[in-house]
Amino acid sequence: MRLLPKSFKANKRERGIELFLLFCASVSILTTLGIVAVLLFETVDFFREVSIVSFFTDTEWTPLFAQKRFGIWPLLIGTILISGIAMLVALPAGLLSSLYLSEYAPDRVRRVVKPVLEILAGIPTVVYGYFALLFVTPLLQKFLPGLSGFNALSPGIVMGIMILPLVSSLSEDAMQAVPRSLREGAYALGSTNLQVSFRIVIPAAFSGITASFILAVSRAIGETMIVAIAAGQQPRLTANPLVPIETMTAYIVQVSMGDTPVGTLEYKTIFVVGMMLFLSTLVLNVLSQRLRARFREVYR
Amino acid sequence: MKLPADVVSKKNGKHTIQPLSDPKIEAKDLDFFYSEKKALSDVTITIPSNRVTGLIGPSGCGKSTFLRCLNRMNDIIPGTRVQGKILLDGQDIYAPDMDVVQLRCRVGMVFQKSNPFPKSIYDNVAYGLRVNGWKDRREIEAKVEQSLRHAAIWEEVKDRLKSSALDLSGGQQQRLCIARALAIQPEVLLMDEPASALDPIATARIEDLIQELKKDYTIVIVTHNMQQAARVSDFTAFFYLGQIIEFDRTEVIFTNPRQQRTEDYVTGRFG
Repeated sequence: MRLLPKSFKANKRERGIELFLLFCASVSILTTLGIVAVLLFETVDFFREVSIVSFFTDTEWTPLFAQKRFGIWPLLIGTILISGIAMLVALPAGLLSSLYLSEYAPDRVRRVVKPVLEILAGIPTVVYGYFALLFVTPLLQKFLPGLSGFNALSPGIVMGIMILPLVSSLSEDAMQAVPRSLREGAYALGSTNLQVSFRIVIPAAFSGITASFILAVSRAIGETMIVAIAAGQQPRLTANPLVPIETMTAYIVQVSMGDTPVGTLEYKTIFVVGMMLFLSTLVLNVLSQRLRARFREVYR
Repeated sequence: MKLPADVVSKKNGKHTIQPLSDPKIEAKDLDFFYSEKKALSDVTITIPSNRVTGLIGPSGCGKSTFLRCLNRMNDIIPGTRVQGKILLDGQDIYAPDMDVVQLRCRVGMVFQKSNPFPKSIYDNVAYGLRVNGWKDRREIEAKVEQSLRHAAIWEEVKDRLKSSALDLSGGQQQRLCIARALAIQPEVLLMDEPASALDPIATARIEDLIQELKKDYTIVIVTHNMQQAARVSDFTAFFYLGQIIEFDRTEVIFTNPRQQRTEDYVTGRFG
């Protein structure tokens, strides 16, 4: 008879713990919701003063000047330009290194190279930023005399190097998930290593590889420190990688660190740009997650 | 170990004895290692042309390992090592100048678990042709059809060649894998428990197919199923602890084996 009330007590404690854990889990969800709410609220407020049409059609972004213009395109193009350069570096290099690690490297090499690659991901981005500004840019200037001190090219390349381990590691995971029986089947039909890699492994791991690419793009778009340091802070509508530009993230840093009074239109631009950033990375992350879920299903 | 001196074949309804004069594969003093572990020791065997040779024995006895030595499939497993010789038509397949890709075109393989590529039925069969340099679409089409017919699956898939191979049933997938192996016209076909994952009806179809195929191919088949070995193979080798205990005509192995351990195994006393 004593057992019953005791277990009842234990049940109550269990319930208490459960509620506490639920609370912990909700904190991060509530924070996210709060952030989205603030972004949304300030964005709506912003569009009360600035027409949404001019936001998407104006070609200049000068909220901090006397002559205020609010065209998002210079920031958007700046972001796309740098992310594009980063992808040109990270995608081929990441894919090929994952292919090497997964299909060619002997076990001993893989055991050394993979952790080293992943260390690249642990370097603080501010270090990459100064690396771009003080090392890569001067180096590039030797070959490209027209390159200005701040530019899109150098931070783009460095960002690509930073993202490379992400692409390589996720792509390699996807390739490792391709069953060995498929490789054996292909080898048994007289395939070379290269044919197995490109005709069997990459197609079979395709959705996983694509997911890693998309995640990498979203990382590049959200990357802040490197571009804030090495790309300059001049919103400019150009596809020329040799001149200073500004990305959305760098703009947010610039305004937040200045002394913009709360409630002003300049202040609200932070949230509008933040909203743009949030939407683009959200779409990409959802897309990437969908693809990864699909590729997990194929070889259950 | 003594090699069988002769071959029994059925001609015009009566049994005739012929000398074993036509070896396809000869293994000589073959040792095999996974890192430090010795998986095969001193394997010597002569596998005759255009016959079905069955490899039987308990799990882990080395029969699959031996089979995978015959097309050097073990090469892709890190840390493996081979000593001794395997001759294919008298040519050492482990010689340094041997082209492994060429070898695997001559010695095809069907695996225990059917492993169709995640491609269409057509592309599964065409894959081997394409990697071996076939370009002409009409020739590939003709060869794909011929291979599917040869593997007795054409009638079932001819209307859906473009659909995914993964939608086929287990037995169909395995026959597709056989068709895929046949397409590149090997001389030898290695089969690693090709029917172990299949139901009795699908198994019977595969066994019928093996009887058909031995006219044109030298077949080596690993099987766990003693009745299957008795049904499909002309010769049977009994493996135990990495060695060949006995190799002879199948009816000798199953009715009058010379070794006690062979008898114990085939009568089901262990294994």
